[in-house]
Amino acid sequence: MGNVITLMEESVLSTHKAEMDTLLTSKGDSQRTQYPYVTGTSVIGIKYKDGILMAADMGGSYGSTIRYKSVERIKQVGKHSLIGASGEISDFQEILKYLDELILHDNMWDDGNSLGPKEVHNYLTRVMYNRRNKFDPLWNSLVIGGVKNGHKYLGSVSMIGVNFEDDHIATGFGNHLARPILREEWREDLSFEEGVKILEKCMRNLLYRDRSAVNKIQIAKITEEGLTVSQPYSLKTFWNFAAFQNPTVGAEGSW
Amino acid sequence: MFRNQYDTDVTTWSPAGRLFQVEYAMEAVKQGSAAIGLRSKTHAVLACVNKANSELSSHQRKIFKVDDHIGVAIAGLTADGRVLSRYMRSECINYGYTYEAPLPVGRLVVQLADKAQVCTQRSWKRPYGVGLLVAGLDESGAHLYYNCPSGNYFEYQAFAIGSRSQAAKTYLERKFESFPGSSRDDLIKDALFAIRETLQGEKLTSSVCTVAVVGVGEAFNILDQATVQALINEFEISGEEAPATASVAEEGAGDAAADQGGAAAEEEVAPMDI
Repeated sequence: MGNVITLMEESVLSTHKAEMDTLLTSKGDSQRTQYPYVTGTSVIGIKYKDGILMAADMGGSYGSTIRYKSVERIKQVGKHSLIGASGEISDFQEILKYLDELILHDNMWDDGNSLGPKEVHNYLTRVMYNRRNKFDPLWNSLVIGGVKNGHKYLGSVSMIGVNFEDDHIATGFGNHLARPILREEWREDLSFEEGVKILEKCMRNLLYRDRSAVNKIQIAKITEEGLTVSQPYSLKTFWNFAAFQNPTVGAEGSW
Repeated sequence: MFRNQYDTDVTTWSPAGRLFQVEYAMEAVKQGSAAIGLRSKTHAVLACVNKANSELSSHQRKIFKVDDHIGVAIAGLTADGRVLSRYMRSECINYGYTYEAPLPVGRLVVQLADKAQVCTQRSWKRPYGVGLLVAGLDESGAHLYYNCPSGNYFEYQAFAIGSRSQAAKTYLERKFESFPGSSRDDLIKDALFAIRETLQGEKLTSSVCTVAVVGVGEAFNILDQATVQALINEFEISGEEAPATASVAEEGAGDAAADQGGAAAEEEVAPMDI
């Protein structure tokens, strides 16, 4: 018997080897995320008396152009959680696919147990950190909030896997412009109206100062009973400051 | 059960629709020393009879902690039981790492059952020869499950497996309706009573049994000998000295892997064979 290889076997072997080579070379050529393309700006989340409130605008920027103005950046995850994302919109969509599969398998057990916001948060931390280790990050900052069995949970994960839990969370510019307001004004046991007022104050601040913010926001609320996402609406802004009336008065070269 | 032409392979059905190798595996469970479990709404207790082969050797470990909220008691081939405990611990730890939350007992039990089922449908494997009583806590309270070598699993209020477990089951059947509302200590007391039933007259001391508890606010832990003996004394349930000390010595000299509980019975059958 020995080393007799038929003609047919030989051709099968060689094509197999060719396939392997293309697989290997294409892996070497594959792109990794270097920079984001279509991005969303800040997301803000706070705990209030009955649950979590989260706010984000509906803008998707393509560099310095505000290209898309109806992007929903806050979505529901399973029965108990909300996720808000800033950063690359396509990566957010990818994350939603992962979460969809996660929740599907959770539901398929059909055993009365369900993943809560804490579990979702930790799962996403593992995913984000794992991608970061492969130098192929999902370019997002995520906010996960929810209520399960009376426990309110609010946490965040960054694109490098940094994660923490807090009573109020903000991403992107919100870190610099919204968190100081939240540190001053957030209290335990805020009512729904008070919570919305604080969020609107933060969003307005961002609208004035963040160039990638758009004046079309959604506020989402999640409680033990369930989730509601508001219809998009605009914030009132005030531009009648004295310094804006005659801006060039006294400037060099003006008359 | 008698030998027949359909019992060599686990992948051979009998004409009556039975898989004899699986049933023989369940026999191995019946030969192991007794293990019992019971639960209330908030606590679950596992107890087992621990007979050492000789005075010189140590007892076989039959109760394993799987996670802070889950523990398992085994009966049958203890080596198989150890391997499955390792699998359970691994699953719990992986779930905890990904989700930072405890693995729901109900899900672990299904994974265990699916693992056992695989061994009933491969010609190059054999079924696990061990029955597992899984006690655990999740969001909906305390649970007790029994996992069979066949790949079946059942949830119980109270159950007993292994040799002379019928005596324990009879006791548990009388008392089980009160278990959901029982306190932790009453549950342990009932467990010790049930163990005493399986000893059939032999003196119940903490050197022949092991007790473990898991409950709301209490991580799974095996009670130490001194505590168990104190409980036995407190409940005054040691019973009288065993007149059947002869059969006890014979069992002590029995085989290691599946401690023979049926030795006494076989003594009676043998003469009739002639």
